[in-house]
Amino acid sequence: MAGSASEYIQHHLQNLTYGQLPAGYERADGTVLQDATWTLAQTGAEAGDMGFWAIHVDSMGWAIGLGILFLFLFRMAAKRATSGIPGGLQNFVEVMIEFVDTSVKETFHGKNKVIAPLALTIFCWVFLMNLMDLVPVDFLPQLFHMAGLDYMKVVPTTDVNVTLGMSLSVFALIIYYSLKVKGVGGFMGELTLHPFSSDNLFLKILLIPVNFLLEGVSLIAKPISLALRLFGNLYAGELIFILIALLPLWAQWTLSVPWAIFHILVITLQAFIFMMLTIVYLSMAHEDSH
Amino acid sequence: MNINLTIIGQAIAFFIFVVFCMKYVWPPIMAALQERQKKIADGLAASDRAARDLELAQEKSAQELREAKQQAATLIEQANKRAAQIVEASKDDARKEGEKLIEQAKAEIEQERNQARDALRAEIAAIAIAGAEKILETSVDASKHSEMLDKLAAEL
Repeated sequence: MAGSASEYIQHHLQNLTYGQLPAGYERADGTVLQDATWTLAQTGAEAGDMGFWAIHVDSMGWAIGLGILFLFLFRMAAKRATSGIPGGLQNFVEVMIEFVDTSVKETFHGKNKVIAPLALTIFCWVFLMNLMDLVPVDFLPQLFHMAGLDYMKVVPTTDVNVTLGMSLSVFALIIYYSLKVKGVGGFMGELTLHPFSSDNLFLKILLIPVNFLLEGVSLIAKPISLALRLFGNLYAGELIFILIALLPLWAQWTLSVPWAIFHILVITLQAFIFMMLTIVYLSMAHEDSH
Repeated sequence: MNINLTIIGQAIAFFIFVVFCMKYVWPPIMAALQERQKKIADGLAASDRAARDLELAQEKSAQELREAKQQAATLIEQANKRAAQIVEASKDDARKEGEKLIEQAKAEIEQERNQARDALRAEIAAIAIAGAEKILETSVDASKHSEMLDKLAAEL
């Protein structure tokens, strides 16, 4: 039972990976590859051996699918947007947009056409991806198993690649706007002349490495913490659902229902935090306070 | 937990979604929201204006009502005066008419009396002549004595 339980958990935490295996590689079923081959990984070990040049088909598929669902819904509302009496969908979309717009305006005071739509995309998309966590853990993987795909992780945000992909994009925007608003000199100054500064020029130069180390760490920490916070929360949540699914069938609901209800809060909160921190980071990038 | 190409795939998808959202989702809905805001503001302003207009109109109508009442009162007064005048005039006319009628009647009576008197006079003259003839047993030549007779008749 212990073996099968850990197998079950590992199986659930393995992405469907598509990548290249090198020539002479011995696959899980014992066959040896003649040439380097692009293929779906049959085991976790194979997926690991594919290295960086592999892609998680399930994460990408669900992420893109959910993103398209979000954009489709909102685009539909946008097309039919009327200043008269709004319909149900438009009402919902307007509430979301007003909510995001208020959040952005409260935090970010500059003029930037990107931040608000960016925040909306992050919130809705991350929320939808998190929402997949509430689908019973075995439901979709079982369906795909019947369709012949052995691995299927349906919650994209439990894949650290997905959250890192987003947070690094945000990081790129932070760097871009920092450079754009403050200029290269201003940005470098911000990195090296604070938080310790001195009127003495010699001391000032002496403090540059210290400051750079501190500011550099805090700058790098932004995307990392952004990605790992979301990933960690969702991964842990998913893991707990998987553990609950190991219980006897009659006992599962006593734990999975409260956890799912609690998780509704978690997934919304995590989506909101990701959006809010993005806005805060970008507004910090715009502020020329030093 | 493999770090792989998925990062880049996700970043690309993210970029595309954000651009799409920025181009095709955000602006139309924001425009609709702002337009509705403007509409509501305009509507509120219009209702304020309408309320003010209503107040003005009410004031004006009250004013006009007052004026109309005043006018009506003056008209009635005038009419009353006029009626009194007419009544007075017609009374006058009637009185005059009556007087005229009385005058005429009097004149007629006078005339008839005169006629009767004349006739009587003539007859009396004849009677007197006849009486005198009887007395004198001769005929009186009327033409000869006409002067005397006329004098007599005039005395009657």
